[in-house]
Amino acid sequence: MSLLSVRDIGIEFGGVTALSGVSLDVGPAEIFAIIGPNGAGKTTLFNIISGLYVPKKGRVELRGEDVTRYPVHRLSELGLSRTFQNLQIFFRMTAAENVMVGRHLHEKRGVLPHLFALPSTKKQNAETRAKAEELLAFVGLKGISEQTAGNLPYGALKRLEIARALASEPEVLLLDEPAAGCNAVETAEIDEIIQKIAARGVAVVLVEHDMRLVMKISHRIHVLESGRTLAEGSAQEVRRNPKVIAAYLGKHAGEEAAHA
Amino acid sequence: MTMQALLRRHGVVLGLAVLVLVLPLVLPSNFYFRIATLTFIFALAVLGLNLVMGYAGQVSLGHGGFFGIGAYAVAVGPTHFGIPVWAALPLGALLAGLLAFLIGRPILKLKGHYLAVATLGMGILIAMVFTNEAQFTGGPDGMSVPRLVLFGWSARGPVTWYWISGVSLVGAAWLAMNLIDSPTGRAFRAIHDSEPASGVLGVNVARYKLIAFVLSAVFAAVAGAYLALYDGGVTPRTAEFLRSIEFVTMAVLGGLGSVIGSVVGAAFLTILPQVLTVFHDYEHVVLGLLIILFMMFLRDGIVPTLARLIFRRRP
Repeated sequence: MSLLSVRDIGIEFGGVTALSGVSLDVGPAEIFAIIGPNGAGKTTLFNIISGLYVPKKGRVELRGEDVTRYPVHRLSELGLSRTFQNLQIFFRMTAAENVMVGRHLHEKRGVLPHLFALPSTKKQNAETRAKAEELLAFVGLKGISEQTAGNLPYGALKRLEIARALASEPEVLLLDEPAAGCNAVETAEIDEIIQKIAARGVAVVLVEHDMRLVMKISHRIHVLESGRTLAEGSAQEVRRNPKVIAAYLGKHAGEEAAHA
Repeated sequence: MTMQALLRRHGVVLGLAVLVLVLPLVLPSNFYFRIATLTFIFALAVLGLNLVMGYAGQVSLGHGGFFGIGAYAVAVGPTHFGIPVWAALPLGALLAGLLAFLIGRPILKLKGHYLAVATLGMGILIAMVFTNEAQFTGGPDGMSVPRLVLFGWSARGPVTWYWISGVSLVGAAWLAMNLIDSPTGRAFRAIHDSEPASGVLGVNVARYKLIAFVLSAVFAAVAGAYLALYDGGVTPRTAEFLRSIEFVTMAVLGGLGSVIGSVVGAAFLTILPQVLTVFHDYEHVVLGLLIILFMMFLRDGIVPTLARLIFRRRP
């Protein structure tokens, strides 16, 4: 059974259709990429899946449960987490604290014990911090945990967002352009991190412009253009699809590919 | 937790405790004790306001109203309902918290300027009730407040209230520091920096805004009760609009998101007007000018800006 299921999603902004009739299914341990030209609706789709937008049509299901109109914070309880294309870092907090916020749902949340720093709260704080350090090491950010996030370089913040999203122990992880702005070495590291995450059984949904990365690690690729599904399949299938080639390289190239 | 973080956390509370203990040795007269006491009382309210403004990032221009509820609780409760003073104080804090809960639920959905105006309206409404319900509150003239009596001992005078307010402030700072370094405090700070990211990570944004708002109302109400008990009287001016503005100015001037900043901000606006009396008619002009200059050159507030300068110079 698929962990994440998107059924016939449609949304419009001010009368302009941003997405229409988009459906997809992602299963455990799968790396599923969503690609498409700028303005194709990739981030809009992410915002609908993660509950930030409510679609006009269609529904989103997590393990078969319709979550389309759930408030954002409820989706985390059901095992969904994400990163953001335009970083949404808690820039006044330290790197470790950023990740610790990701543990929120795994912590006891009574305010009175927190006010009086009861032993249980202190113990929990230590556990959460240890978990955060572990995740920072996992994404290759060892040794920066006490630095204020706002002072960290862009590449580190990209990985900090991944660590923070992982802290909630998601079953479905949405990564919005994880390699954007990263150099070749950093991209290779992120490539490795994504594969490790999927190997743990997490369904990874990826929006990414770096085609080399997408083609290399994705099990399936979903191509959007102008808010509609153009194609879906393996890297091989998508690469050979004339409609995809046309969308990316122009109509003429598409015709040539069809004749080839 | 690292040694540094441990020191930072307990350093604030310890430093404040030492200040409260040592200050009486150098205060020359009751007049100075009064200034110190007022500073502590206002710092208590500003500390609460800082939880909602400095940490959770939600503005409130109405905390004078909660301050007033605490103040009038120790006046109205004993006078009209026969509630002992020691019980009226926590009851007032509870009432302020309850009101903050009921008002906060709808208005904390608003953001930025809209929230500012809504809280402003709330503060003004509360102050109007104090002015208009004259049969309970004495109207514009206010009413007197009975002494706080505990186990036959009556709390009066600047020295006694210095200790009550000073110890309370240290306690409040301890609570605030505990909270900041807990899941609740991290949720506050996360909401301040990014609401979408907080929500995605499972933080119930509306709930934590409300928790910060209610807690800050309770802090303000306790401070208001202290002022009324210390002064032995209360008037609608205790809760007026200018009081709310004063709290916000103290919080911003001392440093948003800084516990020590709350105390420094309160001290600044309590002590300075006394010092500036040498300027006679120009007192307020100089005070205004100083506030502008401080905000221009210590943009993040006195304490955070100075802290950054000191720590940066360290090799």
